[in-house]
Order: sequence, then C-alpha cells, then structure tokens
Amino acid sequence: MSSTTAAKKPKRPHGYRRPDTLTDAPTHFCPGCGHGIVHRLVAEVIDEMGLRESAIAVAPVGCGVLAYDYWKIDVSEAAHGRTPAVATGIKRVQPDKLVLSYQGDGDLAAIGTAEIIHTANRGENITVLFINNAIYGMTGGQMAPTTMLQQKTATTQAGREARVHGNPIHVCELLATLDGSAYLERVSLSSPSNVRKGKKAIKKAFETQLAGLGFSLVEFLSPCPTYWRMNPVEALKHIDQALSKVFPPGVVKDKTREEGKDA
Amino acid sequence: MGQEKVLMTGNEAIGEAAIRAGVQAYYGYPITPQNELTAYMSRRMLEEGRVFIQSESELAAISMVTGSSVSGKRAMTSSSSPGISLKQEGISYMAGMELPGVIVNVMRGGPGLGNIGPAQSDYWQATRGGGHGDYRTICLAPSTVQECADLVYLAFDLADKHRNPVLVLADGRLGQMMEPVTFAHLPDAQPPEKPWALTGAKGRQPQRIVSLHLNLDELEQHNIKLGKKYAKIEKDEVRFEEIQMDDAEACIVAYGTSARVAKESLKRARQQGLKVGMIRPITLWPYPYEPVRAAADRVRFFLVPEMSLGQMIEDVRLGVEGKKPVYHTGRCGGNVSTAQEILDELHHCCQKTQTATRV
Ligand SMILES: Cc1ncc(C[n+]2csc(CCOP(=O)(O)OP(=O)(O)O)c2C)c(N)n1
Repeated sequence: MSSTTAAKKPKRPHGYRRPDTLTDAPTHFCPGCGHGIVHRLVAEVIDEMGLRESAIAVAPVGCGVLAYDYWKIDVSEAAHGRTPAVATGIKRVQPDKLVLSYQGDGDLAAIGTAEIIHTANRGENITVLFINNAIYGMTGGQMAPTTMLQQKTATTQAGREARVHGNPIHVCELLATLDGSAYLERVSLSSPSNVRKGKKAIKKAFETQLAGLGFSLVEFLSPCPTYWRMNPVEALKHIDQALSKVFPPGVVKDKTREEGKDA
Repeated sequence: MGQEKVLMTGNEAIGEAAIRAGVQAYYGYPITPQNELTAYMSRRMLEEGRVFIQSESELAAISMVTGSSVSGKRAMTSSSSPGISLKQEGISYMAGMELPGVIVNVMRGGPGLGNIGPAQSDYWQATRGGGHGDYRTICLAPSTVQECADLVYLAFDLADKHRNPVLVLADGRLGQMMEPVTFAHLPDAQPPEKPWALTGAKGRQPQRIVSLHLNLDELEQHNIKLGKKYAKIEKDEVRFEEIQMDDAEACIVAYGTSARVAKESLKRARQQGLKVGMIRPITLWPYPYEPVRAAADRVRFFLVPEMSLGQMIEDVRLGVEGKKPVYHTGRCGGNVSTAQEILDELHHCCQKTQTATRV
C-alpha cells in the first residue's frame, strides 16, 4: 500500500468504484445484508477525508467481527459488548487518531449497555457505527434489545411481547440524555437516497470526532433478510414500513449545531 | 522520591512502581482492599499527564487496558477478588491476542462477596488460566511492600518481553500495610518498540490484533504457538527464594503474606532446634517445581501454610511426586495464621512423620 493513496482524490467520488480503504475480499455477509453497505460507506468517507492512515477500528463480536478482512485500516478485536471500552483505551493514548467502534444491537444495547452508556457519558471522542438490524445475526436470529414488538425471532417464536420480553430500546434517544454525547443520528439503509444520508451522517460523525467535540454515533436501520425471513427487496421495504416507524430516522442530537447557534 | 526510603502502603507502592515502569494508562473500579491504589493513580497519573479512568466496571477496565495495549502502550488495571473474576473475560482475550498488560489482584476473602480480609484463595484462578481457553498468565507474588514495588516494575518488562498478561497477586494485608520502600533502583523505564501495535496504517500495511481464528487448523497452530511461548516462560522465568534449605529436615513452602508469617515461625523453630527451611515461590506460574523436587529427596515432610483451604499445596505435591508427606495449614475467610500457629503445626507434623516412620 503506497502512502500516497489516502491523499489521492478519486476522480468520480460518487461513481461506482471500490474505495481504496476497502479490500477486494469477498464478504461473508448474506445476500441483502446491510453490514456490507455500511462497510463501504465507512471506507468511502475514510477515503474522502484522507483518514486511512490514521484510522483505528474496533470490530465487535457479531456479524461485523471480520471487519479487518474488508477494511484496509488497523483493526482490533474486542470481547462481546466491550467494543467502546477497547476504543476508549485506544483513543485515550492516541488522541490524534480516528477511532471507530463498530457494533451490532446485541453487542451495543444488551451485553455492552454499560460500556456504551459510560463511553458516551464520558464524552469519549470516538465514533460508534451502530448496526440496528433488530436481531442477533451471528448466533442465528435471536431477539435483540431492538427487536420490535410482535417480531418473530428464534427466541420470541410467537412474537416479541412487552410483558414477557420487554420493549425495544431506542439507543439514540437514550444516549441523547447524556451530556457527553455530541452527535447522534439514526439513518435508514432502505433506499439509495437514504444510504447517501447515511454517508453524510458518517462524515458528520467523523468531523465531530476530529473537532474533539465528544461522543458520536450513527445508528443504521439495517436489513437482515436471512433472519427476518424475507427476500432482500422485502427487507428494504420492511425498514420503511415497520422499523422506521419504531425507530424514526433523523438527527437526535447535534452539539455542533447547538454550538453554532450559541455563536 | 529520590534515593531515600519512604513509608508507604503496598497499594501505593504498586502504583508508584507502575509509574516508574512507564505505565501510560491505568483503569480501575473501586473495591476494598485495593482502593488506595486506584486513588493513588487517580492523582499521580494526572500529575504525570497520563491516562486515568475510573471505569464503569472491571469488564470495561480490562477492555480499556486491551485498547491501550493494542496501541503499544503500557497499561494496567487493579482490583480485588470479585473484580478479578470479571476481568477474566478480558484477560482471556488478551492472552489470545498476545497483549502485554499488568493486572494486580489484592486478594480478599471469598467465594462470592466473601469479605475484605486478606486471603490467598484466588491461587487456582490466578495460576490455572482463570478465564476460558488454553492459556497461561505469568503470576508474581510479593511478600513485602518493597517487593510489591519491585515485582510490579518487573511485571511490565515480562509482559512486554513475552507479549502476555502478567498478574501480580498480593493480598489485603500487603496492600494495606505500611513499610519502608525505596524506588531508587527503579529508573524511569524505556518500554521496547512494538512494531505490531495498532497506530494507524501509515507507510505500512494495515495490522490487526485478534483472538478469532475461525479455521480450526489455524487456531490449533495459534494454540501451539502459545504453548511454545508458555514452555519458554516456564524455562526462563521461574523465580523463588530459598531460606535455610541447606541442612533442612522439614520444608515450609509459602508465598506472599503466608511466607512473611512463616519466616518468623521458621526462626522460632530453629531456636528450638528444629531444622526447618523454606521455599518461597515468587512466580506462582511458572511454578518453582525444581527446588521442591530437589527438597523432596532431603526433607522429611513439607508444610504449606496458606490463607485458604489449600490451593498451592497441589503444586507442591506435583513437585514432591509422592515422595514425602505434604501437609496444609492455615486459616481462611480473611484470617491469617500467627507465627505460633504455624510453629505448632510444624511440631505436630514432626510427630506425625516420626510415628509414620516407626510403624
Ligand atoms: C460473552 C459472549 N456471549 C455470547 C456470545 C455469542 N454471540 C456472538 S454474536 C452475538 C450477538 C450478535 O448480535 P448483534 O450484536 O446484534 O450483531 P449482528 O450479528 O446482528 O450483527 C452473540 C450473542 C459471545 N460471542 N460472547
């Protein structure tokens, strides 16, 4: 890898070419999975911002575990849910690096609830890429903390019922109450235009981190056709018709804007 | 803190030694009887312009250590028994990822919440892996406040040398007691270069640090590689102290606080004409089996005082290989035997072994 690639401006930034930050390894993702889209978006933004040589990511336990096979950046592993704690340990001793924590909804909102809340609360200057697919993909389609009511999973076979299984957790809204979180946005991967919004959100999150404003997180409503028991097209429609209703996309918190207003 | 001796608790001495060893990040969660260490670091690390975080849990603390360690920096965490149980997750990952790091356990009574009295009942956890998977961690056992400092300093070197987590196993009494200690012989350390660290792929290929090896043969190869490292550690890093073993007819084997107390028992026994010697393991893993094995040919029996129902005694038996009787003594539940109690037990064992040879 030549060290000049990151600075090289792609001629057609929005044209369909493989970003420099993406390897040519075939991914292990199922057809129609959203992980691959987010991987690509992250790679595009890293390319465009020239951050490939200063980025360090932490891969989660979950379907995103092999991120290091797909991104041409330094990547560490973390125990299930401890992803933001590992990212904290990296960022605190390397404050000049772009540090990413990539997490599924089980990783972030179940086993790693304490870590994400306290990482946000400390205002750690990292960016979390949060894949909300309302399911546990890696372990075979069990209920996630974000599974919707009535949604059928391997462990809610008659559908999620609040009384038995609890209610879906709204991560962005929860984290918005914490002073340390600077930028929180929920985006959907249901259409090309929404995907483009997702890319803008990633860019904004990285800028928030580079400006040292604190914790940033982008939540992606992400299709899991395999465990939603749908084909990829139905899964995208399902995001618009069901998931987006429970988890409304939009900017949930933006300190950059607030500070802009003050000024 | 120059050449002179200062009066410090074991917990504080551990902190100061870590700072001299070049620890760049300390992560901890309060738990008695090691709170003085976290408090000390909260002040000193910031004074030094280094990283201190009071984490949300021990699970998070050890993962923060992981993050700073993948960054190539010296990092540590400390806790006491219940918190060390939580850290086992991260220690297993660090072993798999071959990451250096120092973990201090100021042991207290257990199981469960137990109490805050000093104990040695985490020996098995500390020396047998502790977490899941086929791995080992170097384990150092200080018995004085000075040794708390010296061994913590050494722990960072060993961790870097072998790319492996190192445990320092103290107990509540050592952590809390004050003794004169000097740091004059512990210069500010220059940690080695770590080309494997994740510092951003600038001018080089991207790097990864992982414990996941989905391919079965690949993981097997990784395990075998770790096994070779552990074999090398077993060969190179055994540390122990022998006290009056030359003419000993009975051998005490003890570490940490138990060894301190037993030293006094040994002195009194000698005054009474009993030829007692002592082997004091300083590394609990790798274990000093050799001196124990050698002693088994010479002494009549072994006595193993521990602040537990008897855990290290199994290692002594592994070294003795059935050649001589091995007896346990000690208190548990946060209690510590007195020198007199151990002395009485020495006399008792003498009688038992005499009767045994007569029958
Ligand atoms: C401590 C621990 N508990 C459980 C598991 C098993 N496990 C692996 S991934 C996973 C959940 C994955 O779901 P999610 O975080 O939503 O990510 P996804 O796979 O859907 O992307 C679980 C429970 C584990 N590896 N470690």
